[in-house]
Amino acid sequence: MQRDIRTSAIAIVVFTILLGILYPLAITGISQVAFPGNANGQQIHLNGKLIGSKIIGQNFGTPVLEKNGKAKEEKGAVVTEADPRYFQSRPSATEGGSHNAAASTFSNHGPNSVRTKEANEENIKAYLELNVNPTTKKEYDPGLTVSRIPVDAVNFSASGLDPEISPANAWIQAYRVASVRRLSLARVDALIAKYTSSRALGFSGEEGVNVLELNLALDRLTGGQG
Amino acid sequence: MTAAGWLTIILFAIILTVLAFPLGGYMAAVYSGRRVILSPILGGPERFLYKLFCVDPTREQDWKAYAKSLIVFSLAGWLLLYFILRTQTLWNFTGLNPTGFHSASWNVTFNTVSSFMTNTNWQFYSGETTMSYFSQMAGLTVQNWLSAGVGIVTAVALIRGIIGRSGKSLGNFWQDLVRTILYVLAPLSVFAAIVLVSQGVLQNLSNYLVAHTITGLTQTIAMGPVASQEAIKLVGTNGGGFFNTNSAHPFENPTQFTNFFEMLLVLIIPAALIFAYGRMTGNRRQGYAIYGAVMLMFLGAVTVAYIAEAHGSPAQHAAGLHTGVIHGSTGGNMEGKEQRFGIAGSALFDVVTTVTSCGAVNSALESFTGIGGAVPFANLSASEVIFGGVGTGLYSILLYVLLAVFIGGLMVGRTPEWLGKKIEAREIKLAGLGILITPLAALFCTALATASAAGRKSVAEVALSKAGGNTPQGFSETFYAYLSQANNNGSAFAGYTGYIQPNAGNLGAHGVTFADLLGGLDMTFARYAPILFALAVAGALAGKRVTPAGLGTMRTDNPTFVILLIGVIVLVGALTFFPALLLGPIVQGLTGHLY
Repeated sequence: MQRDIRTSAIAIVVFTILLGILYPLAITGISQVAFPGNANGQQIHLNGKLIGSKIIGQNFGTPVLEKNGKAKEEKGAVVTEADPRYFQSRPSATEGGSHNAAASTFSNHGPNSVRTKEANEENIKAYLELNVNPTTKKEYDPGLTVSRIPVDAVNFSASGLDPEISPANAWIQAYRVASVRRLSLARVDALIAKYTSSRALGFSGEEGVNVLELNLALDRLTGGQG
Repeated sequence: MTAAGWLTIILFAIILTVLAFPLGGYMAAVYSGRRVILSPILGGPERFLYKLFCVDPTREQDWKAYAKSLIVFSLAGWLLLYFILRTQTLWNFTGLNPTGFHSASWNVTFNTVSSFMTNTNWQFYSGETTMSYFSQMAGLTVQNWLSAGVGIVTAVALIRGIIGRSGKSLGNFWQDLVRTILYVLAPLSVFAAIVLVSQGVLQNLSNYLVAHTITGLTQTIAMGPVASQEAIKLVGTNGGGFFNTNSAHPFENPTQFTNFFEMLLVLIIPAALIFAYGRMTGNRRQGYAIYGAVMLMFLGAVTVAYIAEAHGSPAQHAAGLHTGVIHGSTGGNMEGKEQRFGIAGSALFDVVTTVTSCGAVNSALESFTGIGGAVPFANLSASEVIFGGVGTGLYSILLYVLLAVFIGGLMVGRTPEWLGKKIEAREIKLAGLGILITPLAALFCTALATASAAGRKSVAEVALSKAGGNTPQGFSETFYAYLSQANNNGSAFAGYTGYIQPNAGNLGAHGVTFADLLGGLDMTFARYAPILFALAVAGALAGKRVTPAGLGTMRTDNPTFVILLIGVIVLVGALTFFPALLLGPIVQGLTGHLY
């Protein structure tokens, strides 16, 4: 027994140094030399300013301003309204505002829950409203109805930080973005194709359109103007 | 459903088998003490560790000595981890706490420590708002390695007992542990970590980033040494995510490729161990029979989950959504799923993670459809024998094999024999207890938590739903929590709370003592009791004489036995859990009713 105690005490300390300190530091060293971009989160800079990570989804809404010109807040989070010039990410259920990359979380909405249905309906309403031209009161994408909305556009993502949307979702939003930015639909669709990731090895996973990259490309095309 | 989805599932099974087969041969060689390809490199460090630990690796241990070393070592790990987590700010001098997080409260720490020691990795806390980098590395990552090692050596000891020709020795715990870590876990983890970083998984010690988005918002982005922990989390079927959303987080699982790769990492050792078992018994067909049985059950589970998730949920349909495949979207239940994994990649991942004791998830189990969610329940109800955790899966299914041999023997009216050894009352008693302990723990804790006011505090549904939590979903949350912890799985219907944290960093946060303690005890009891029973069975078998197989011996390596084995597993699981399953996921799956 005494021998077991002594050996255990030594072993746990040695293993902690070996596996808990040397191993992660060694992997960090190798990664920082071999894959510095990936290891540091695929940061995207614009004019010397960090604007996000390529693989972390963002909220492409603008802050809603109160009458005094300050950003409106609810529960400590800035209230935003989707910016029609940009493709919008999937709904995010993170606390402290959507797409909070310091606290990822699921929605935990059950399959037979009234709350899930209500949340779906709310997201559907927001999606339809955003894709209606406020002056003509017509859908940018003719024929857009509830049943044509791709599920990813209104279901909360798992991480709350999904960087991608489905191609079908992007094609619908393309009508709006093209119209607001006065671009041809073909041009926007070509950009979508350019930033669509494919299935790995031809079968694993699904295609997804990287929203941040797509929006940046649009800004480059039209000089940030809508 | 899509052709690519089905192809993913089929190719996954094939690629897994192709990779696990040679690894099984390698592991059999490692545990038989033969020279392997890595011996020239690792032989020196191995001997050095024995010297440091003051152990003689050639000293043979009987089952009691083996068990004593295992328990004392686990206890030492528990104490050190508890100390590290409770003194989180003490280690700020290392510079590995850039966010300045304080320690979490004692109760949730008790739960977390028990969870990582038992290979469960159930998490009431959320990584990026609770743990410093030092705690993640020197604390949690270490137990990711060691708890995996403890599981594997138990399986190895049981195999030695089964094949033992004389005497009572099961080998030496310290030698098995050191070899497992150096020869099996280390090469796989280092390789996996580097592949993961090459695909986009994080690995740094930087401060959290603050980004200013193109629409004028601010986004704080959590950083950390993720890949090193991610690799051993999967290879050791641990499953505790660096981040709260685990393998759904883009920094843990960034691409379509990493998703496939991560699933292979989870199953590679459990699958290889089955082949290693066959080789070590001297009859590879013994391994093939078990492999066949678990693979059939595995594919059955994936099929059900994929079809159910592709169909969509009643809530979606009630909101008017179309959940079929359309051009550019595969439809289905995308609530709590990531676009890059899609329905097939999510359903497959969650079966992979719930048949093993991994518990890493790439989607929200709570948001799975009724039937899709019943699949993880069913997997857990089979007590982690369908591949199972590293080591735990093999020793658990070997207890079922023993039971199947016994039942088969009774059916044909002959003395049951297994690999030439007579199965007698003592072994069956021990195996029976080993099999029943986990379900008993799960059901007892579920009953206690459901019936008590303290237990209901943890159920998110109570506060959120109009029915006050008296819904199938509310019951599922509680039931899944204790079933998952008893099976040392660690995946969750995440609405179940054991830690209230109003702000990041533990200030003003508090644990939920009832759920934290009950869960911690559930995990510890359901981990070590079966280990002790498995080792006791090994001890009982080790001393038995081997008699040559005669005409009357029931074979344990043919298709008939595969069917018998599946039957016994399904029967035991169904008899113990069916009533409880009906109350939760199945009733949701059978109706379109919204609660």
